[in-house]
Amino acid sequence: MILQHIADGILSGAIIALGAIGLSFSMKILRFANFSHSELLTWGAYFALIFASFTAAFGPGLGNPVGPFSFGWKFLAALVFTAIATSALALVLHELVFDRLRRTANHMTMVFASFGVALLLRHLVLLLFGGDPIYYSNALQFAVLLPGGVRVMPDQVFLLGVTIVVVVSLHLFLTRSRTGISMRAVSENPDLARVSGVNVASIVRWVWIIGASGAAVAGLMYGMTVQLRPELGFSLILPLFAAAILGGAGSLYGAVIGGLVVGLSENLSVMIIPTTYKPAVPFLLILAILYFRPQGLFGERQ
Amino acid sequence: MIGVLSYLIFFMILALVFGIAVLGLNLQWGYTGLFNAGVAGFLAIGGYAMAILTGPSREAVFGGFELPFLVGLIGAMGAAGLGGIIIGLVTLRLRGEYLAVATFGIAVTIQLVCLNWEYLTGGTLGLIGIPNPTHELASAPLAQNAIFLAMVVALTALVYWGLQRIVNAPWGRVLKAIREDEIAAESLGKNPALIRLTSFVLGCMLMGLGGALYVAFIGFVSPFDFLPIITFQIWTMLIVGGSANNRGAILGAIVVWAVWTGSGYIISQIVPPEFQAQSGAMQAVLIGLILVLSLLFRPRGLIGEKLHVSRHAKL
Amino acid sequence: MTPLLVAKDIVAGYQPDLPILHGVSMEVTKGEVVTIIGPNGAGKSTLAKAIAGLVHVTSGDVWVDGTIATNVAAHQMAGAGVGFVPQTANVFTTLTIEENLVVGGAALAKPAANRQIERVFGLYPILADRRGDKAGVLSGGQRQILAIGRALLTEPKLLLLDEPTAGLSPKAAAEMFATIREIATDGSGVLMVEQNAKAALRMSDRGYVLAEGENRIDGPSSSLLDNKEIGAIFLGARPDDLLPVNQRNDP
Repeated sequence: MILQHIADGILSGAIIALGAIGLSFSMKILRFANFSHSELLTWGAYFALIFASFTAAFGPGLGNPVGPFSFGWKFLAALVFTAIATSALALVLHELVFDRLRRTANHMTMVFASFGVALLLRHLVLLLFGGDPIYYSNALQFAVLLPGGVRVMPDQVFLLGVTIVVVVSLHLFLTRSRTGISMRAVSENPDLARVSGVNVASIVRWVWIIGASGAAVAGLMYGMTVQLRPELGFSLILPLFAAAILGGAGSLYGAVIGGLVVGLSENLSVMIIPTTYKPAVPFLLILAILYFRPQGLFGERQ
Repeated sequence: MIGVLSYLIFFMILALVFGIAVLGLNLQWGYTGLFNAGVAGFLAIGGYAMAILTGPSREAVFGGFELPFLVGLIGAMGAAGLGGIIIGLVTLRLRGEYLAVATFGIAVTIQLVCLNWEYLTGGTLGLIGIPNPTHELASAPLAQNAIFLAMVVALTALVYWGLQRIVNAPWGRVLKAIREDEIAAESLGKNPALIRLTSFVLGCMLMGLGGALYVAFIGFVSPFDFLPIITFQIWTMLIVGGSANNRGAILGAIVVWAVWTGSGYIISQIVPPEFQAQSGAMQAVLIGLILVLSLLFRPRGLIGEKLHVSRHAKL
Repeated sequence: MTPLLVAKDIVAGYQPDLPILHGVSMEVTKGEVVTIIGPNGAGKSTLAKAIAGLVHVTSGDVWVDGTIATNVAAHQMAGAGVGFVPQTANVFTTLTIEENLVVGGAALAKPAANRQIERVFGLYPILADRRGDKAGVLSGGQRQILAIGRALLTEPKLLLLDEPTAGLSPKAAAEMFATIREIATDGSGVLMVEQNAKAALRMSDRGYVLAEGENRIDGPSSSLLDNKEIGAIFLGARPDDLLPVNQRNDP
């Protein structure tokens, strides 16, 4: 039983981790808590749905199932499509709302604005797609029995692999590419980065692209393993914040470990508390972290 | 004519009930700089306290004490204030956005309790049959609502008067000083932590009062009366009206509530009934749009704080 | 010869309604080390930041190499050959030494940046030896070298240094001044803000004395070193106080 909870925790933790990376970077580099970040997960999931329905002429939703999976090669195209589309959406929000406010208002105003944007984005999904749960595929999938009596879906294992690939690529980006190194520089000291010749505005756009792409992949994963619904992102606000705050704003590995801790605690909590109170677990984690280690596990003290 | 009048009375009751909650938020954010993203939670505490104290007794559910209305109001404020003390003690040392995240979590947790702790809250069914005090005073619905409105107007005026006295007193100036520069305020020998907590708790009590009046007016309470969108609405009312201005807070409540109900009416006339969920979404999109547009184009609201522009309100 | 840097009647500050500089002017020519001194709060650092594009200039003009450069974004100033080393937090402590230099070359094309990084490693072997270490573990003097190395990456025409010897031991400070002299000898112009007025003036060509956001005295360093008025300015004297009593404007 406990092994099953751990397996489920790791899988949902992977989704939270991918979503939390962008949130963590935006808390550190954009310097505001973006309550609308989680809505990018929702939009990521629905962009993939749009892709699947437009390409339905070329075979089922996300492609003819390959091997034990519920999807085929088209899935990878959907992944790229939703990352690009969600990034475009994020950049539009940046230009129309957040960048304008950043120049004229204090950072709490941006937090408000993110509340308004979140409300808008969530209800636009409801308006366009309706409130009923949607699934990418109706294909029946059989769980695989792992040692210890743990059951997992092949899709989940594949998506865990996708998460690892995304995190490793991000690591390489941040340590090897000039843009990635500059991003870490801006994160530590924006003024020094400016006088060193870094175009901070362009780095900020990269932060949005990375955050939105991570959110899109996470949203797609959630849609595949759970379901698509307009409240998808809203229900993840607290888990995402918990993971980002736990890991420490701006830390890639902090967000990943934070995501796993949140996923595991949520899934293990049902052994002690009624399942209906599970959504409160991330909140309790947030309180505990802020109380004992406000800079997070991997963050620097400000 | 009577139809319009009775609708106006109905409209004003709800607008002012929200207005009282907006005044509470204004004390917290406008005057003290505390970002409370859990307004819905404190409204719920007040609402449920009212229902438990004054509602009829029923089997297998706590409460139903059938106490007088006034006791219900005071109890609701007390419960919300107590909640504010507990939550404030845990979260008020947090700054800015962390406080926002924590209070947001509070509202989520309170909603979970409302939904799931059936013994206390009646679960998803909620609690019904909450007595409306005006029903004993008059028999015609119009007269009942008129009396209720008179009471709400009087309460709003009382709250407004009290808040004006507070914020214009030396204590109110200390609040603003803390909002602007806590360290400087501390060096003047003030205890910012205690003052922040006091302001937060007073604000929560007003939200509790708003929640209690709402429940007494509509006669029942369920978890779906205090969804997170209420928090957005109350915030939008404050931003549109103008933060750090109590008249702005009341004006914002009336304006935003008018837009909300007006747009709801118009949408219901246009959108076929089978798209019910969608028309609610349109209203929410509108509120989101209003919040973002006022921040972009009218950041000081309809009537904002009187000018002594501070670093805090960089324009 | 056109001066490398001309700052004319600069009014600037961190908030629009609260200027710190009230119309400061100065020049730096190629190959010259110019020192700005003045009491605390004179606006020395603000001037350096205003030239570098970090502080908004509300009126007045900055010219670099004959081109107007008022309120050009800081990263474009860096690309246009103006290097700036701030006083505090002048290296990225969470980045390695090599990564610090990579950031310094952000305005260059990648092959050019890589060439420049090797050049800077050649200039300061101590950086090359520790290229993989986090800058946060370096000593104050080493950080200062790294900060200057980072700024030299674009081969700047003009180098702005905000208190390059702050917090350094006398020996490290002397070495830093020698390094700065070499940079000027190689053809750059150097404008440096210094608290360590005497030592800085001894190694520089010219100096400006600022107080309360205004120019007070300027001239060749040797003349400033002998100027008795400077002590009075550092003690907070107004310009009029320096005049003989019968020439003062108001009582």
